[in-house]
Amino acid sequence: MIPHTMSQLRSLEAESIHIFREVAAEMHKPCLLFSGGKDSIVMLHVARKAFHPARIPFPVMHVDTGLNFPSILAYRDRWIEKLGLQLVVASVEDAMRRGLVREEPNGSRNRIQTPVLLEAAETHGFDALFGGGRRDEEKARAKERVFSFRDEFGQWDPKNQRPEIWSLYNGRVFPGQSIRVFPLSNWTELDVWSYIREEAVEIPELYLAADREVVERGGMLYAVNPFVTPREGEPVTVKRVRYRTIGDANLTAAVASDADTVEKIVAEIAAVRITERGATRGDDKVSEAAMEDRKKEGYF
Amino acid sequence: MPGELLRFATAGSVDDGKSTLIGRLLYDSKSLFTDQLAAVEQVSRDRGNDYTDLALLTDGLRAEREQGITIDVAYRYFATPRRKFIIADTPGHIQYTRNMVTGASTADVALILLDARKGITEQSRRHAFLATLLGVPHLVVCVNKMDLVDFAEARFEEIRTEFEEFATRLRVRDMTFIPISALLGDNVVTRSERTPWHDGAPLLSHLEHLHVASDRNFVDVRFPVQYVVRPQSYEVLDYRGYAGTVASGVLKAGDEVVALPSGMESRIARIETADGEVDEAFPPMAVTITLTDDIDLSRGDMLCRPHNMPTVAQDIDAQVCWMDESASLTVGRKYWIKHTTRWARVIVRELEYRIDVNTLHRDEEATELALNEIGRVRLRATQPLFVDPYLQNRQTGAFILVDEGTNKTVAAGMIGRVIS
Repeated sequence: MIPHTMSQLRSLEAESIHIFREVAAEMHKPCLLFSGGKDSIVMLHVARKAFHPARIPFPVMHVDTGLNFPSILAYRDRWIEKLGLQLVVASVEDAMRRGLVREEPNGSRNRIQTPVLLEAAETHGFDALFGGGRRDEEKARAKERVFSFRDEFGQWDPKNQRPEIWSLYNGRVFPGQSIRVFPLSNWTELDVWSYIREEAVEIPELYLAADREVVERGGMLYAVNPFVTPREGEPVTVKRVRYRTIGDANLTAAVASDADTVEKIVAEIAAVRITERGATRGDDKVSEAAMEDRKKEGYF
Repeated sequence: MPGELLRFATAGSVDDGKSTLIGRLLYDSKSLFTDQLAAVEQVSRDRGNDYTDLALLTDGLRAEREQGITIDVAYRYFATPRRKFIIADTPGHIQYTRNMVTGASTADVALILLDARKGITEQSRRHAFLATLLGVPHLVVCVNKMDLVDFAEARFEEIRTEFEEFATRLRVRDMTFIPISALLGDNVVTRSERTPWHDGAPLLSHLEHLHVASDRNFVDVRFPVQYVVRPQSYEVLDYRGYAGTVASGVLKAGDEVVALPSGMESRIARIETADGEVDEAFPPMAVTITLTDDIDLSRGDMLCRPHNMPTVAQDIDAQVCWMDESASLTVGRKYWIKHTTRWARVIVRELEYRIDVNTLHRDEEATELALNEIGRVRLRATQPLFVDPYLQNRQTGAFILVDEGTNKTVAAGMIGRVIS
């Protein structure tokens, strides 16, 4: 290698570290949103590096929809303890009992997470929330800033974004307003997996291919779990599948795959011809502007 | 796995074939997914378009789709076995300057698209001017739609000569001309047989091989302290590390350093990362530095070398690009300034001139800068900043202005002469 050059993964990592440090230095009370998905796992991994040898100087929040894969909760708790962090759990089921939100007819708790997230952020006074969103995921995200300004209602206004020039981020807000921060903005799905491989990051085994009992719904394969039970007369078959994204257990589909190691996942992602959301999310297909609309309501 | 990261900015409207070009780069590098393409094809059909409108790939917002315009910078990603590319795709029309400046600020390369039939337009001049103003090291001028001029070498040469003549008025470091047809793919990914007279590489290969490492400043050591790492733990008592991203220069353990603004001297004890100690740090590495002496140093301060220091200045001469639609820049107004990791306040002392981005004419009678206008100003800061001219250093020569009343980012600034 030519002297003084960096591989692209190291450049991306350096950029993300810079973003974490900038927020920790300038914002009053940041918090990292952790879902148990690969992006939030990588985010936590990079945050640890940014403040080494000190601990990560902010808490972690999990918006618990009550529909989690049990192994993801175990993973979450193990890592929070290992890193010595404080965990804030914002419970959607608790919010439903209190009447803050109500279950939607399609069974998706994707949208109703938003009021729960906003309430928790307000209660704790968080003025910066880190999210694992990437610009390659979705068209609305491709136009969102690294520091995404949100008003008192947590809303994103795509037409009124702050220009983001060089790496001079502007996190100035008035009380009640906040910033969503996306340290992995410039990473792609392949970057995330290549990084997991290079850094030997521990990932939940749901990402690895295994023989699992599945049912087929709407052309997608759903593995049988406590939240996906076969309907009457619905055939259950055993297929070799893995999860490409991890969201709520009731609506995240698995993909047919033989990739039972991270090495094989990297090879699979490099060759795959369909986006991760298109492949696995029953809840993202609602409309062309589904993500944009949810963001305007305060979603990530 | 691709090696280096290359960021490039494109600007232009649909008419120039910019979206077609981006679509082709993404498609031919297998970075376009079938469900994305299917969605775009579906929308194009629903609208009764004759062809698949690849602009729909980047136009992600509802207002954009409804109005058929692009309102913001869109970032796209693709990789080849050699490199990973980040495209900052900016619209050619609405709020062009603001978006173009945003996209160009971090770009290694600016891609300028010309229509072979129309040649150089006001818009292409503007793009070239902004790219050089923002210090983008490499310009690639793609003369597109060569198929519509029968791949005529004479036409290509005519445009090249005219553009080169115009470019003598700009600070261009490296400029390449490529005759292409984005629609048919000539000289985009593969060399065209219809331009035997052109001996340069096709666009993608040019972007893959462009030498960008030497564009960074490895000479002037500038390390803005971003965050002080002080673990409150018994395992590492009394640890004090200065975390930051190297702005320029190469730092090594044992180097003598000076801290600004205090002027205190010390040596680098160790350069650390979470993966262990490293021998040296260079841009854009994010590291943590420990010093051999306990000196006063905090966020916003800067480490540099004793015989190579930035100018410590309160009076700053700079080109600013105004980005706020609700209020103009006027003499006497005060703003927040963010320069490296330091915030201060500034007052606008003087507006020397406003520059016409199309003709490069300087209007010295100007009394304000409105949205998308560029001018030269003189600022006075409440506290000293550690600055270099932007042309020498894209990190320590840059700043943003933030409105005190709205907290909005209202300007991008590039430091010119430094007044000590």
